Amino acid sequence: MNALKSIPVLVEAPATRDFCYQNTLPLLHEISHALRRLQQEQLPTTIDLNAIPFGPGDEQRLLEFLGRGEVSAHLEALGNSSVWESGYPGIWFIEHRNESGERVAFQMEITTLPAILATHPDDIAESLSSLQKALENPSLGHRIGD
Amino acid sequence: MDTNTKTLGEALRRNGVTRRGFLKFCTATASMMALPPSMVPAIAAALEQARRPSVIWLSFQECTGCTESLSRSHAPSLENLIFDHISLDYHHTLQVASGEAAEAAREAAMHANEGAYLVVVDGSIPLGNPGYSTIAGFSNLQTLEETVAGAVAVIAVGTCASFGGLPKAYPNPTGAVSVSDIVTDKPVINVPGCPPIPMVITGVLAHYLTFGTLPELDHYGRPKAFYGTSIHDRCYRRPFYDKGRFAHTFDDEGARKGWCLYKLGCKGPMTYNACATAKWNQGTSWPVESGHGCIGCAEPDFWDAGGFYNALSVPTGEISRNASYAIAAGVGVGAIAAGINQRTRNKAVRQHAEVTIEDLEKR
Ligand code: SF4
Repeated sequence: MNALKSIPVLVEAPATRDFCYQNTLPLLHEISHALRRLQQEQLPTTIDLNAIPFGPGDEQRLLEFLGRGEVSAHLEALGNSSVWESGYPGIWFIEHRNESGERVAFQMEITTLPAILATHPDDIAESLSSLQKALENPSLGHRIGD
Repeated sequence: MDTNTKTLGEALRRNGVTRRGFLKFCTATASMMALPPSMVPAIAAALEQARRPSVIWLSFQECTGCTESLSRSHAPSLENLIFDHISLDYHHTLQVASGEAAEAAREAAMHANEGAYLVVVDGSIPLGNPGYSTIAGFSNLQTLEETVAGAVAVIAVGTCASFGGLPKAYPNPTGAVSVSDIVTDKPVINVPGCPPIPMVITGVLAHYLTFGTLPELDHYGRPKAFYGTSIHDRCYRRPFYDKGRFAHTFDDEGARKGWCLYKLGCKGPMTYNACATAKWNQGTSWPVESGHGCIGCAEPDFWDAGGFYNALSVPTGEISRNASYAIAAGVGVGAIAAGINQRTRNKAVRQHAEVTIEDLEKR
């Protein structure tokens, strides 16, 4: 499937910024309503960007408009994923790719912290029990040079 | 098959998939099923318990485009979804076995999963001479009826299986009919498109895998999640349509500025499919974005809809002829079907009269 990348197809960017398909602006209004909900009611919102009928260049325009903020994270699970906060705090992008590097999901979360970054309570429990087991191991002191 | 005793959650953990990996898988699955992100927790809970269904894939009068489309599916990844998490027990194009061994695999899967397996069909079924399309010496009709008997549901993939498609195009020389013309006592899910969007094929399979139920369908038996909105309603060129700005040729100012393609024959207003959002080739583009109108390939009789480049017109396929085939199939393809097919064949023969050497010599 990566072979597609080897086909020399150049997607031409729209010539001018006036060449707008008018899907970015309504989405920005939706995001602003979601941000207000987050501020006033602590209610997060997730928007599936794959389900938005973007025209050529719309996604790029949205990304450029919102920019990048100070936090970005990289996740390696079933392929790479990138998570970053936009230049407008509280607006996050989550891009999931599969093992072949193809995008399988692209979402925006209007939240304080995207759910995928938080540690799952079951993982904390498993983490604690494996750390305790490691501490009970008599050879530990030797291994860490104590 | 012991694979049926293992849940998807167990299988993923055994393969070292972490909880974040699982959440990612569920997010991609929700997106693929065109379900809102708020469904992710429900999908995660359901997928934990999901068991591998057995799938038998039958190919009849088709061009293999549907299988090509599926095998280029990328979300979450074909290997994960199809080959790891469903048990594809028979697919004569993809499987290694052939001949008797292949047919034995189909029979074994039917026997082992009686009443619980899914049948996927691509291609239409010829009710004319059975010799038009056979597998291992059996007519497509025989194979379909036999295989579907113990199935839980049938997924008709592609416009040929869903509506008869290209083989059924006027004058329908093989007497092609759709799966739902034959199978009337089981749920039939139509996933039309020529070919269907890969994500839509896997999305429907994922829905069954996740929830163990069939998705909500429209009046043509299509899953509403993908076919609930017209191309026109999700088209990024719609604002131009609303303002009356149309391209009149493929290289005029309107075409260059990306205006609406309605006057160039776009069938978006009468076509229900997910192309405008799911797009093609890993989300690269879709026909309208490439500057060509929608040809309406997910609708019945699209091939006879009066010309791809004529501004919107309704299909001219003979509705009464469709009904005749449906009735014929319902009565077990007996004398009535034979009569109808004979008439169809005669008509086809009249319209596509063979030119003999004698004819040529006469001229
Ligand atoms: S290009 Fe086709 S689908 Fe898009 S707005 Fe025009 S008629 Fe509708």
